[in-house]
Amino acid sequence: MRKELAGTAPKSAAEPLIRIVKKPELPPVRASLLRVGAVCLAIVAGALFLLLLGHNPLSVYAEMVRGCFRSKIAIQSTVKIAIPLLITSLSVTLAFKMKFWNIGAEGQLIMGAVFASYFALFHSDWPHIPLMIVCFLAGMIGGGLWGLIPALFKTRFNTNETLLTLMLNYIAFYVVDYLRQGPWQDPEARGFPKIATFEANAYLGKVFGVQAGWIIGLLLVVLTFVYLRYTKSGYEISVVGESQATARYAGINVKRVMLVTMLLSGAVSGIAGMLQVTGTDFTLSTGVASGVGFTAIIVAWLAQLNPFVILVFTALFSILEKGSGVIQTTFGLSSYASDILQGVILFFILGCEFFIRYSFALRKKGGRAK
Amino acid sequence: MNTLVNFLHAALLAGTPLMFGTLGEITTERAGNLNLGVEGMMSIGAIAGFYVGFVTKNLVLAVLGAFIAGLLSALVYAFLTVTLKANQNVTGLTLTIFGVGFSNFFGDFLRESSGVSVLKLSERITNAVQEIHIPVLSDLPYVGKLFFQYNPFVYFGILLCIAMGLYIFHTRTGLNLCAVGENPGAADAAGISVTRVKYTNILLGGGICGIGGAYISLVLCGGVWVTDCVNGLGWIAVALVIFASWNPFKAILGSFIFGAFNILKFYIPKNIISIPEAIFDMLPFLVTALVLIITSIRKSKENAQPAGCGVNYFREER
Repeated sequence: MRKELAGTAPKSAAEPLIRIVKKPELPPVRASLLRVGAVCLAIVAGALFLLLLGHNPLSVYAEMVRGCFRSKIAIQSTVKIAIPLLITSLSVTLAFKMKFWNIGAEGQLIMGAVFASYFALFHSDWPHIPLMIVCFLAGMIGGGLWGLIPALFKTRFNTNETLLTLMLNYIAFYVVDYLRQGPWQDPEARGFPKIATFEANAYLGKVFGVQAGWIIGLLLVVLTFVYLRYTKSGYEISVVGESQATARYAGINVKRVMLVTMLLSGAVSGIAGMLQVTGTDFTLSTGVASGVGFTAIIVAWLAQLNPFVILVFTALFSILEKGSGVIQTTFGLSSYASDILQGVILFFILGCEFFIRYSFALRKKGGRAK
Repeated sequence: MNTLVNFLHAALLAGTPLMFGTLGEITTERAGNLNLGVEGMMSIGAIAGFYVGFVTKNLVLAVLGAFIAGLLSALVYAFLTVTLKANQNVTGLTLTIFGVGFSNFFGDFLRESSGVSVLKLSERITNAVQEIHIPVLSDLPYVGKLFFQYNPFVYFGILLCIAMGLYIFHTRTGLNLCAVGENPGAADAAGISVTRVKYTNILLGGGICGIGGAYISLVLCGGVWVTDCVNGLGWIAVALVIFASWNPFKAILGSFIFGAFNILKFYIPKNIISIPEAIFDMLPFLVTALVLIITSIRKSKENAQPAGCGVNYFREER
């Protein structure tokens, strides 16, 4: 073995032709410009892809945007798509800031929806306002508890949170599946496995023609920003995220921070679930989350975990989502196109991060490693 | 007795895609990279395998196509994480979202462009993935059904697991791979090209995951294209890596057990225990969650994740 090592060592003695060096931090403006450039490149890549499929990319893109804004109803339905996406993005931001890889926003949203639906289904005779408040709180509790489970195991046994939150997504999905097949099945559906539509009393009110959830979403943007930027617990989250050892030295109770933050993160997703069932779907179905928890991860990451930038990317992605539904009818292109495009955008952003942090250095003439 | 034999037989059949997925991810993680894109790579492998099979009517080419497609998708991941040092968690997740979307998109596209409502493979392929029949051996009572009546994929998967186990634990290249996964800095100092080892094994792992996807679309779905056909199997495979403690030999056992959970609902007589179907569908995920928790409780040094896993290696940051 030693001989082998000795034999291979000199090969790496010469400095490589190109090597990677860290560069000083870029000014934020230039870094943002780079990111915008990456998004543009991704859109160009998407265009090439469409060209390959034999479509005119310009008309497809134009149709996408036009489809989102062509009428009042179209705009309203774009906003409807944006609400759960915005709120779950904020939810994962809380966890990601702490480097807790919560990919369970999907499941937390579903559990929030389940808890809220219980009251919407079986207590629809309550006065409207108290009912809505109870639904809201129930959604928070449902989502919060579902978020707390992985945090409990993470803090106690260091269980891998990525996979556990993911499994909890599927478990939550099948909880709804079970409810619609059994205990909550609509008796009037003649054996068809579905849950009844809520009574009108359990509908969330509308503001400017769209469910009131958008106001809650915008409020949460500000709240999350303030919480992360200006409060002690928000600061603790970022310290824990940067380095748990540092946090412990500074006397921060890391476990407590983790538990509280995941409870909050889950609760925020739970709110999204509550808004989805009472404001958009008016029933609980297995498609209540339909992947929004995953898209939220992309959005949060693209926005560098900044709540206001999240707002921008939520808008972009909602247009993509709604637009891909439109191009399905006009061009016969599958609506899964939006997933591809979202993935490509993030690939480009992930790649461009490199050029923000590193640069290439060429070997100097006759350069040798010391 | 017959039911039991049938059950075990079906469990191995259902576990085979998990075997490929787990094996692929073990190879990747041994190189120190946690690739959460298994679901995506399997989905891409599924559509690629199906497409090639659909067009060429040749099983070998279909599997090869799936392998190459999985490999190419892993290349995206490898380029981003190894060369551009992007966050491994996020890159893997993106690969999953992209891969699942890509596979469903092309499924729809293929359906649209061929003008049929159901995409069906030619009989040449569906016959080729039938259970093999070995004279005498396959006809043995019980034993024949248990050991000698599977489609070629199953044997290929088991052989591949054994081969990869031998490669990782008993060859110099494999040990170099482990060194890179445990401590890339030390491996680099010892003259191992960290980048090359990482690339080779991430790509190989992705290719193997792709074959797992092809198994789903060519065998499990019965010769027709099903949207979202991977449906979480890739994620179970990622979790199974922990269950198998990064050991390809144990991956065989793990996927067999989880295959059993996947098909349990067909073998529990309804009149004895009446459990709603949704609970059965939940079972593999529930058990995976429990396995995750239990393995984390009894954490042993022997069976731990490669120490360098999840962290990108940058030479100047040692």
